[in-house]
Amino acid sequence: MNSRILKDRTAGGVMFFLTIATLLLVFVMGIGLFIKSAPIFEEHSLRELIFSANWKPLKNEFGFLPFIMGTLWVTGLAILLAFPVALLTAVFLTEYAKPRVKRYVFPALDILAGLPSVIYGVWGTLLIVPWISTKLAPRFVEFSAGYTVLAGGIVLGVMILPLLVSLFIELFTSVPNELREASMSLGATKWQTSKFVMLRRTFPGIVAAVVLAISRAFGETIAVLMVCGNLPQMPGSIFDACYPLPALIANNYGEMLSLPNYEAALMFAALILFVVVLLFNLISRIVLYRIEKTFR
Amino acid sequence: MKVKFIEEKAVKVLMIGATLLVFGFVLSIIWTIVEKGWGAMSWDMITKLPGGGFYIGKEGGFLNAIVGSLYIVGWSTLLGLLISIPVVFYMNVYLKRDSKLGYVARLAYDILFGIPSIVYGAFGFSIMIYLGLRTSLLGGIIVVTLLIIPIFIRSMDEVARQFPRDILEAAYALGATRLETVNVVLRQIAPGIATATLLSIGRAIGDAAGVMFTAGYTDSIPTSFTQPAATLPLAVFFQMSSPVKEVQDRAYAAALVLTLIVLILSLAGRFITNRYSKNKIR
Repeated sequence: MNSRILKDRTAGGVMFFLTIATLLLVFVMGIGLFIKSAPIFEEHSLRELIFSANWKPLKNEFGFLPFIMGTLWVTGLAILLAFPVALLTAVFLTEYAKPRVKRYVFPALDILAGLPSVIYGVWGTLLIVPWISTKLAPRFVEFSAGYTVLAGGIVLGVMILPLLVSLFIELFTSVPNELREASMSLGATKWQTSKFVMLRRTFPGIVAAVVLAISRAFGETIAVLMVCGNLPQMPGSIFDACYPLPALIANNYGEMLSLPNYEAALMFAALILFVVVLLFNLISRIVLYRIEKTFR
Repeated sequence: MKVKFIEEKAVKVLMIGATLLVFGFVLSIIWTIVEKGWGAMSWDMITKLPGGGFYIGKEGGFLNAIVGSLYIVGWSTLLGLLISIPVVFYMNVYLKRDSKLGYVARLAYDILFGIPSIVYGAFGFSIMIYLGLRTSLLGGIIVVTLLIIPIFIRSMDEVARQFPRDILEAAYALGATRLETVNVVLRQIAPGIATATLLSIGRAIGDAAGVMFTAGYTDSIPTSFTQPAATLPLAVFFQMSSPVKEVQDRAYAAALVLTLIVLILSLAGRFITNRYSKNKIR
């Protein structure tokens, strides 16, 4: 055989191997986390782990409910705050804004997307937390230290803004111009066109983008760890402290591992994050791929 | 005036408000970091190692964290490039456009991209325990490499997918094998590789949760791969939680350094995409 063809084939083989190896990381990770968290299933049922609120590692009681609720509260609040802002910004940038405006807004979004989470954490501690404890909270509750669900929600909300905006923009620009023109020629205003044509047309994509943003917010660690207060309790209002799952892992891993089942419990927390993020990502990506295909 | 025009006006005001809000957040974050960090900044901070009594507010800087971060980022970027360029080349030249493997691979990389870095960290740490490794520079490099590979692959792939098939066919017609088109392809996606690299560096340097358990933290500069290494985000994080004001100030200075690095990277990324995509044939 010609040596050039041989080279071509060998390189192909090597590259195929690399592709498969990096791909398999998903499975290896899932299996690894499962094996590491397996010891905890021997003594506790899945039901007990997820729905019990008793977190006493010293007594071998591992109820993850406070942490799961903490994560849900913070993530939910972040999406609630970020979604309207991101949607309006994206519609503005695709339908209304002049190129000159875009030239300033896109780099700003780039910066927002690129800032490390620890910087968001510093910003949250220096600005948002004091604002909540001195200005906002006294109007509603007697006392709040500021390290609350609300602080986590605001910081996370700002963090997922650039992701949401860029996903929305990609969706909106994929809508063919003919559809807009048809709507405009019938006398619809720009907003009516956006509302009845674009938003309706891209609705599944918008849902998928939100799911993706939820999964991003779900796993965010350092920033949330710095502003949420980290008390293992069920948050009753947005002015209570909470303790999301990633913060639990980050704060405790490497310590107290001599306790029975403690390491397995923390690995189980990582496994919950992994599974949730995996499912959310899988569903929303498949939806987004479909949309991309139908428009092109 | 008709209702639809009033609605149009109202929504437009809201939209401009939302966009200004986004802008406001960026300015507010940068202003907070610069204002706090500038006052605490000094030449000693970035040129000296932590001295004795550093954590009760005595002299020293955080050179250990800067160098540690550079080591981890440098090595993992290099490894990431070595692994991801062949993968991107394979997906775009060897595989057909509608290949099943290509679809599954892109989906998998997108999922890996979404997996939180704390999960990478916990996973990496348990692997290290299994292999008998301690927290070390090597551990940090491995985890950060795994973390940035999906970013590398997906952002390069976005550019490579726009690559016109005609050029490939022209190369084949001249008798080139698939492998031999590599020069043509690389030249075409070079700006994509550059922006992907900057993006990955930004992500790698800012990641704290992944290196927390794997690279550890130390006051000295690591001299071998088996020693632990400090990183900038962790320097910010640990010093922030100190009750001593001088130590907290150092956290702000470290945050300023980190922010400046990320800002430069992100502006450079924009610049490269705008400037060097001119040579591309579409």
